[in-house]
Amino acid sequence: MLEVNVARRTPAVAPMKAASHVRVEPIGPEGRLSFRAKESALAGQSEVAGFRVDGAMNSRTVSGDRAALRLGPDEWLFTCPAADLEEVAEAISTTMDNRAFSLVDVSHRDVSFLVEGEHADFVINAGAPIDLSLRSFPVGAATRTILAKSDIVLTRLAEDSFKVTCWRSFATYVHGFLVEAAKDFA
Amino acid sequence: MLLIRCPYCGERPEVEFHCGGEAHIARPETPTETSDADWAGFLYYRTNPRGVHAERWVHNHGCGRWFNALRDTVSDRFVTTYEMGTPRPEAGSDVTRA
Ligand SMILES: [Zn+2]
Repeated sequence: MLEVNVARRTPAVAPMKAASHVRVEPIGPEGRLSFRAKESALAGQSEVAGFRVDGAMNSRTVSGDRAALRLGPDEWLFTCPAADLEEVAEAISTTMDNRAFSLVDVSHRDVSFLVEGEHADFVINAGAPIDLSLRSFPVGAATRTILAKSDIVLTRLAEDSFKVTCWRSFATYVHGFLVEAAKDFA
Repeated sequence: MLLIRCPYCGERPEVEFHCGGEAHIARPETPTETSDADWAGFLYYRTNPRGVHAERWVHNHGCGRWFNALRDTVSDRFVTTYEMGTPRPEAGSDVTRA
């Protein structure tokens, strides 16, 4: 893959301690790919290089160490171990050969946090007006939404465990906001 | 919190959306052959009704898709939302609680 525009930098945030039973922790490096393809280009395929593309809107489908977050009708965020990125991108390009698609490496654009513990949903809801009841946002749900003044991608990993992904320039703000909100649940 | 039903994501909070003005306004095929008056009409003149209005909305902090909505400009109630490229539904039919 073209190396020119790849920014390799240190993590944007340092861990912060909060007196709370809701843990807010930065997650280390991860391979992230923004993948877009129309239904016609996918031609009924259920997976692309190990990433499921037949999942419902706003859901996360996991296969091994790869996950596909369906953020829009024709938009996915693929995540994989950082070390596999090169190989994964090659495989996607090979699979989608001669069909219209877009693949962008956004690994270094984003920073992810784990928000975990009882009341983790309340902590997210401190800045996100989305319904996080299990009925409307079950385990495996994943969507782009808003946290306070920042755009985020929110994933529910378990009933009391969420992954929050934001752009790196918003990372210190989002981190601080979550840690501050978590203090209500000491 | 006002909820808006995105045709792709379902009911979501209003802050995730942005309005893009009146819907179903077709750009003239050949602007060079359009009279100044018609061009001005396309650019500036809108129906601005008191009541049900067809509007373009984008779920920009969600799925990122544009869609159309029928909204009552008096009550701010969303009558229904529908995909881009589909015709305007009859006002009042297929009512969405919003
Ligand atoms: Zn949507």
